[in-house]
Amino acid sequence: MAAKNVPQTMAQKILAYHSGRDYVDAGEIVNAGVDIVLGNDVTMPLAIGEFKKIGLDKVFDEEKVVIVPDHFTPNKDIKSAEQSKLLREFARNFNIKNYFEVGRMGIEHALLPELGLIRPGNLITGADSHTCTYGALGAAATGVGSTDAAVAMATGKLWLMVPESIKFIYTGSLKPWVTGKDLILYTIGLIGVDGALYKSMEFTGQVIKELSMDSRFTMSNMAIEAGGKFGIMEVDAATEEYLKARKIDVKDYRIFKSDHDVEYEKIYEIDCSSIELQVAAPHLPSNAKNAKDLKDISIDQVVIGSCTNGRIEDLKIAAEILDGKTVANKVRTIIIPATQNIYLEALKRGYIEIFIKAGCAVSTPTCGPCLGGHMGVLADGERAVSTTNRNFVGRMGHPGSEVYLSSPAVAAASAIAGKIAVPEEVID
Amino acid sequence: MIIKEKVIKYGDNVDTDVIIPARYLNTSDKGELAQHCFEDFDTGFKEKVKDKKIIVAGSNFGCGSSREHAPISIKGSGVKLIIAESFARIFFRNAINIGLPVTTSSEAGKYIKDGDELEVDLGEGEIKDITTGKTFTINPLPEFIQEIIKNEGYIKYIKKVI
Repeated sequence: MAAKNVPQTMAQKILAYHSGRDYVDAGEIVNAGVDIVLGNDVTMPLAIGEFKKIGLDKVFDEEKVVIVPDHFTPNKDIKSAEQSKLLREFARNFNIKNYFEVGRMGIEHALLPELGLIRPGNLITGADSHTCTYGALGAAATGVGSTDAAVAMATGKLWLMVPESIKFIYTGSLKPWVTGKDLILYTIGLIGVDGALYKSMEFTGQVIKELSMDSRFTMSNMAIEAGGKFGIMEVDAATEEYLKARKIDVKDYRIFKSDHDVEYEKIYEIDCSSIELQVAAPHLPSNAKNAKDLKDISIDQVVIGSCTNGRIEDLKIAAEILDGKTVANKVRTIIIPATQNIYLEALKRGYIEIFIKAGCAVSTPTCGPCLGGHMGVLADGERAVSTTNRNFVGRMGHPGSEVYLSSPAVAAASAIAGKIAVPEEVID
Repeated sequence: MIIKEKVIKYGDNVDTDVIIPARYLNTSDKGELAQHCFEDFDTGFKEKVKDKKIIVAGSNFGCGSSREHAPISIKGSGVKLIIAESFARIFFRNAINIGLPVTTSSEAGKYIKDGDELEVDLGEGEIKDITTGKTFTINPLPEFIQEIIKNEGYIKYIKKVI
């Protein structure tokens, strides 16, 4: 066990706190208490099955289990409707307080922070790999599978190996249109899809301090695409303001910071001044390139949305570029606000009208097209530019289709151009 | 536990979307998931797995989504063991949790070829390639994880300790 004077990372401190310990060492396994256990319509049916095998008649805490049917909803077929029915019945029978039905739900990782369910210092686990999104709020948050979620629902505990941390320091100033998505695609391109395997990615530096919360969520969201366990950021004034808007006062949560003299497994210093708009070409998120170097690639579909980029800042950027324009004839542009509140805000601000006039389809919140589920599945040979998080073979449909990952700015510009484009090419 | 089977060999970054495409995630049925395992990635998998029941792969096996359907479909296909240079962390947990043995070996992926016959002693931590005569060491697992494996999955283990 580490001595009291050994410096710790914020990941270590959060895990120590939730294990009832003062200090934990990287590499040791802890059985830690969780603040939230999350599941969706893909992972929760299996979790419910496993939970029932344990044989308990209640979950560990009815307030702390969160169920969001968001992947194949509104249900795309009979089988997915049956899966959602299982969730609904479980939520009713086990008195789950945080169950969110179609019409009130949103994409889980946009919805939970928006509702104020996530707080700094929390340990969050969810049966969805993008649970790491909540690291942007200074929480330790990580995805697990259905059986782990079932055990966490039963016991309120999760076993975790305390991770080593990799520190990323972002310096310099951002070029026009460059957002958190470009920074994280660039970072994954730099370290590879297993560059942070099992590690806590700690995002720091002046650029992060100046980054919007929406862009921060985008970065933490994609930590898993580098294999990361956490994608964590320190709480600062912007975090506090975000929480205050959700009526969460600073005395309602615990702030953990890495000690200044702690040893990281690695430190990357990234000068953002030279980072261009990024696109990850098929078939790995690490295949990052400058968008302007891919300009001749013709596309069939654009998707703007998902747990990665379906927030209001993302829609604002898309609206700025699409305002008064029309999308290319051959391109199907699908825009999906991530939650009902984001949808309503976009409506009030006039973005939805801009999108529809530009020839885009606008949908109720769903993960749908990101994983080739519904609402925009690709045919053989088709190519999409998408603000989502994965571009594996067959991710959005036919194994012969291709996905290029980008920010909303590149996606909106590409929709207008009918090929991969940067905003300067389509703005007058 | 000793496993003696032939090898199906794959490369690096085998992701969960190619293990079980998301279009089949509208079911939790184990048999149905097994029917579609590796369907877009290796059309010959179903035929191969009839007499090759160990997967040997490179780094980051099972990267991507948290879908437990991925190891379920592999186990349901009859695969007895996966040996990889490294695993994505959620896939690793999921496989252990459902009782599908997985193990890492830094060397195995480099030297073991498709079709080789292996004798793997999980207790002793040794992989013997019967075809080539080479032996490899398995990286040891933490005791707690070995307990879950001994109990053939996390739920059986938890029922004992809860």
